[in-house]
Amino acid sequence: MNAWSTGTHEGLAAPLPAANIDTDQVIPQLFLKSLSRRGLGTGLFHGLRHDADGRRHGRFVLDQPRYQAASILVAGPNFGCGSAREHAPWALVDHGIRCIVAESFADIFLANALHNGLLPVVLPGAAMAEVFAYVEGAPEPRLRVDLHECLLVAPGVAAWPFALDAAGRERLVRGDDAIAALQALEAEVRDFELRHWSIQPWLKGVPA
Amino acid sequence: MQAPAAPATLFDKLWTAHEVKRLEEGSVIYIDRHLVNEACTPIAFEGLRQRGRAVRNPAQALGTFDHVVSTVPGRDNPDPDAATMVRLFEENCQATGIPRFAMEDERRGIVHVVGPEQGWTLPGATIVCGDSHTSTHGAFGAWGFGIGISQVEQVLATQTLVLQRPRTMRVALEGRTGPGVGAKDLALALIARIGAAGGRGHVIEFAGSAVRALSMEGRMTLCNMAIEAGARSGLVAPDEATFAWLEGRPMAPQGELWRQAVAHWRTLHSDSEASFDREVRLQVDGLAPQVSWGTSPEHSVAIDARTPDPAREPDERSRQALERALGYMGLDPAQPLQGVAVDKVFIGSCTNGRLEDLQAAAQVLRGRRIDDRVHALVVPGSAVVRRQAEALGLDRVFRDAGFEWREPGCSMCLSMNDDRLGRGERCASTSNRNFEGRQGPGGRTHLLSPVMAAAAAVAGHLCDAREYL
Repeated sequence: MNAWSTGTHEGLAAPLPAANIDTDQVIPQLFLKSLSRRGLGTGLFHGLRHDADGRRHGRFVLDQPRYQAASILVAGPNFGCGSAREHAPWALVDHGIRCIVAESFADIFLANALHNGLLPVVLPGAAMAEVFAYVEGAPEPRLRVDLHECLLVAPGVAAWPFALDAAGRERLVRGDDAIAALQALEAEVRDFELRHWSIQPWLKGVPA
Repeated sequence: MQAPAAPATLFDKLWTAHEVKRLEEGSVIYIDRHLVNEACTPIAFEGLRQRGRAVRNPAQALGTFDHVVSTVPGRDNPDPDAATMVRLFEENCQATGIPRFAMEDERRGIVHVVGPEQGWTLPGATIVCGDSHTSTHGAFGAWGFGIGISQVEQVLATQTLVLQRPRTMRVALEGRTGPGVGAKDLALALIARIGAAGGRGHVIEFAGSAVRALSMEGRMTLCNMAIEAGARSGLVAPDEATFAWLEGRPMAPQGELWRQAVAHWRTLHSDSEASFDREVRLQVDGLAPQVSWGTSPEHSVAIDARTPDPAREPDERSRQALERALGYMGLDPAQPLQGVAVDKVFIGSCTNGRLEDLQAAAQVLRGRRIDDRVHALVVPGSAVVRRQAEALGLDRVFRDAGFEWREPGCSMCLSMNDDRLGRGERCASTSNRNFEGRQGPGGRTHLLSPVMAAAAAVAGHLCDAREYL
């Protein structure tokens, strides 16, 4: 099931303005022994949502009645830093998050998100201040993401353009199988490999 | 006649040498080597199986167990989920022909310790692993970077990845550090300066006299921490120290192939005219040992400094972040770091679990006892490190001082096994991340060097290791 096949999504947005939310916060190590990409929503932001005695305290933004149904997260800069764990986007998607808007994303998280149909929207600082003001201030802050126009829209309030390369957009909309696309290049990879190993023969595989 | 090649950075050379094809969304990059472990692969292998896909080049991968294994001698793993991961990894490697060091193999250990140690990590190679600290391998002039599990599956199936070209950043560390100050202190001081996102989108090349003076172990520590500055990769241009360290290692090229390889590796440096997208310079003379006070590696200061005072922070969100970090860490504003009592001390990890790290810590511990209230463990980064340390009698030094001497693994760096902090417990740790809950829910981590960790164990509190040398 491809979440972006229509090229648009509209949903409630929740603010998480802290900078440097690391992937240990998104999903702690406790949940990393899962053998499935699914069902990880129970671990999402686990440390931030629970008291010392393990009870959900309800103060975390996604547990507040106003933001409980959010499908868009508006986050602080360098979201997703730290561990490479792909469980972070899996947990976000499992919870129902489809898009994260932030001034910047950590490099590995960005790649992991795109592989899972979780759209990272990057906006400059000034635009982010406006988006935060809107999602923190409006009684029901809805946002619409339009991949065709590359626009983030607060209906009737404002719209912010964002950059997304055409190929990336196509991949999201079509939900491409990245491995099949690379396998289609097998002949070129094989040619490259032979050239590469003639120059650096020591880089061929080594049996242990 | 050929036009002279444009000046290139070391990274430009690595990129060009591995670019198979340019696409609209990036370039297809060839991956020479792939480290795999029990934690980052079961879902990837399952993905391959579901689509009937084979592992394209099994001999270009290398497997070892590190994340979830118990480090208690005897290794009775009490966690059934961890035991399942270990079993699945063994089965997957056997079924696909990926070479791996089995649980009882004398070469087992943490991926980023084992690869270099065996001479499997080589200059000029692209090296990936489903682990962010793959930046470590840049110490050899290899382009190492962490990937997610979908990309692990892609590399297993195709030996390639589609990547957008990162920007380049040169970090020049100039000057000479004094006794008791090393690569970990350089890394923490740099991250404090440029921030946890300072290297985001960039590959950092570490240069300058302080980097040239580092041992290979020190360069690995520095490149390992590049990801904590936000850079997916760190690099140090290979030099005579690199070649001398690698020569004769079991999986390194031998004989004529070795001579050819070294001749090629001598070309792997940034040309003098090459330009970087960003340059940072740090003078490190007189640098004090560093320690983190908060919940991001960028929350690092000199040991003689104090925690920040949020009241002096004009920006509201920054003030709230400082308050939250201090609250989580159980520290007051403007509190001196020296004297903060610790409950646990952890020496190990892919950052500081190598022989040189253990030797440095042992130098502090020889003839001393750790404080009665402290629980301390040392977890060698590999079985080879463990044996080498034992041959030097370091295990006795650690044990006599009151440390536990463990089997290799990632252990309390990320607490996926049974080594973890209790809620509110405070740890002086040679690992790489002080994130909330990283060493166990509610646990409090202070990042520091091996000598600083050893000194904290003896004193029972954070202190300046230079007083113990």
